[in-house]
Amino acid sequence: MLGIILYSGAVALIVIGIAGLVRSTHLFRAVLALVIAESGANLLLMLAGFRLGGAVPIATEGSFPLAMVDPVPQAMVLTAIVIGVGIQALAIALLVRVKQRYGTLERSKVTAAMELELNK
Amino acid sequence: MTLIALLLVLVMVVAAVTALLSRSHLTAVVSTSLLSLALTLLFVLLKAPDVAMTEGVVGAGLGSLILAMALSRLALNRGED
Amino acid sequence: MSDLVKRVEWTPLLFSVGLGCLLLPLFLALPFGNSPMVAGEMIQQAAQGVQGAVVDSVGAANLVTSVVLAYRGLDTLGELAILFAAATGAGMVLQSGSAALHQNTKMHKHIDSEINLGELFDSAATMLTPLLLLVGVYIILHGHLTPGGGFQGGVVVAVALFLPSWARNGGGQLSHKVISRIEGGAGASFIVIGLVALWQGDPFLTPWLAQGELGELFSAGTLPLLYLMVGLKVGAELAALLKYLAIDEQVQS
Repeated sequence: MLGIILYSGAVALIVIGIAGLVRSTHLFRAVLALVIAESGANLLLMLAGFRLGGAVPIATEGSFPLAMVDPVPQAMVLTAIVIGVGIQALAIALLVRVKQRYGTLERSKVTAAMELELNK
Repeated sequence: MTLIALLLVLVMVVAAVTALLSRSHLTAVVSTSLLSLALTLLFVLLKAPDVAMTEGVVGAGLGSLILAMALSRLALNRGED
Repeated sequence: MSDLVKRVEWTPLLFSVGLGCLLLPLFLALPFGNSPMVAGEMIQQAAQGVQGAVVDSVGAANLVTSVVLAYRGLDTLGELAILFAAATGAGMVLQSGSAALHQNTKMHKHIDSEINLGELFDSAATMLTPLLLLVGVYIILHGHLTPGGGFQGGVVVAVALFLPSWARNGGGQLSHKVISRIEGGAGASFIVIGLVALWQGDPFLTPWLAQGELGELFSAGTLPLLYLMVGLKVGAELAALLKYLAIDEQVQS
C-alpha cells in the first residue's frame, strides 16, 4: 500500500510537471513546472533505494546497523538536487534577459516577437 | 507511516497543481516551496536524512529564495501581468 | 483560474494523461521496499567489516558521504563542474544585460528606489551572519559523521556571505574578487587532493590520510578536507549567483 501511494505520488508529480511544461502560457510557470517534474524524478530515484525495515546508513556509537537503506541512490539524489537549483538559477537568468528584450513573458507573444526578429 | 505518506503525497500533488493553475505568481512560488517542504518530510520518512537536509536547505530554502528574487526582478509580484 | 482553464488545449492534456497511464503501471511493477542493491551491498559489507568485501572501507560514519566523495568522487567533481558552468552562465547572461537595463527603466519602475531594505532586516542580518557561518562550517566539517556536508553547509555559507550586503545595499557590496579567489582556490585544492592519491599509486581521488577511529572528527582520511573544499566552492559560487540575481535593484536605484 505504501509503495503504491509513493510511486503514484512520484508519477503524479512527473506528469503534472511535464503537462505544465507543455501547456503553460507563461514562461515563469514553465520554470516552476520544471522544478515540479524534477522533484518527482528525485522522489522516484529515492524510492528505488528504499528498503522496508532498513535503517539510516549512518553509524551510531561506532557501529553500523545490520539492515540499511541503499546509500548509492541517496548520494545521486543529493547531487541531483544541487544541480537542479543551478539549472533553476540559469533558467531565471535567461528569463530576465527575455523580459528585458521583449518586455513580456507570455509564451505566445515571445514566440511571435522571436519569429518576427528571425524573419527580419 | 502509510497515513503520513498519503498526507504528504496529497499535499505535494495539491501544491503542484496550485503552482501551475493559480492566478498570482506569488501563490505559485509559495506552493512550489510548500511542495519542497513536503518532499523534505517524505525523505525523512524514507530514511534519508542527508537528502532531506539537502532538499530542505537547497530546494526549499535557496530555490525559493531564487524564485522570490525572480519575482521582483521579473516584475511579477504585482499580480498577473 | 477560470480564465486559465478556459484556455486549456486538449492535446497536451491528453498527452500527459497518456504519459501517466504509461508510467504508472511501469513503476508499480518495480519492487518496493526490498529492491536489489549491488553496489550498495558491497559498500555496506565493507563498512560493516565483513570478511571478503569487494571494496575497501573508507572509515566514514556517514555512508552517503563515503559514496559521494570516495566511491563516486569523480562524479562529484563533474557535478561541481556543472554547477560552476550554471553559475557562470547565469552570471554572464545577467551581466551582459545590465547595460541595456539602464536605458529601459520604464519596465522596472515599480521597484522601490530605497536601497536600504529596512532597520529590522539590517539588524537581523548583522546578528545572523556569524551564527549562519558557524552553522554552515559545522555542517560542512561534520559531513562524514552526521547528515550534512559540503553541499548543504555550502548553501548556508553562501546565504551568510550574501545576507549582510543584501541588507545594506541590495547585494552590490559583495567583493567579486574575493569570491572568485575562494572559488578557484577550493576547486584547485579538490583536484590537488585527488592528484596526490594518483601520485601515491592509487586511482584519482582515493582517500589517502589515516582513517582514524570511526566517529571521531579527525577520521575518514581526506574526506573532511574534500568536503570543506566542496563547501567553500559551492558557497562562493552560490553567493556570486545570488549577487547577480539581486544586483538589479541596486542598479535601478
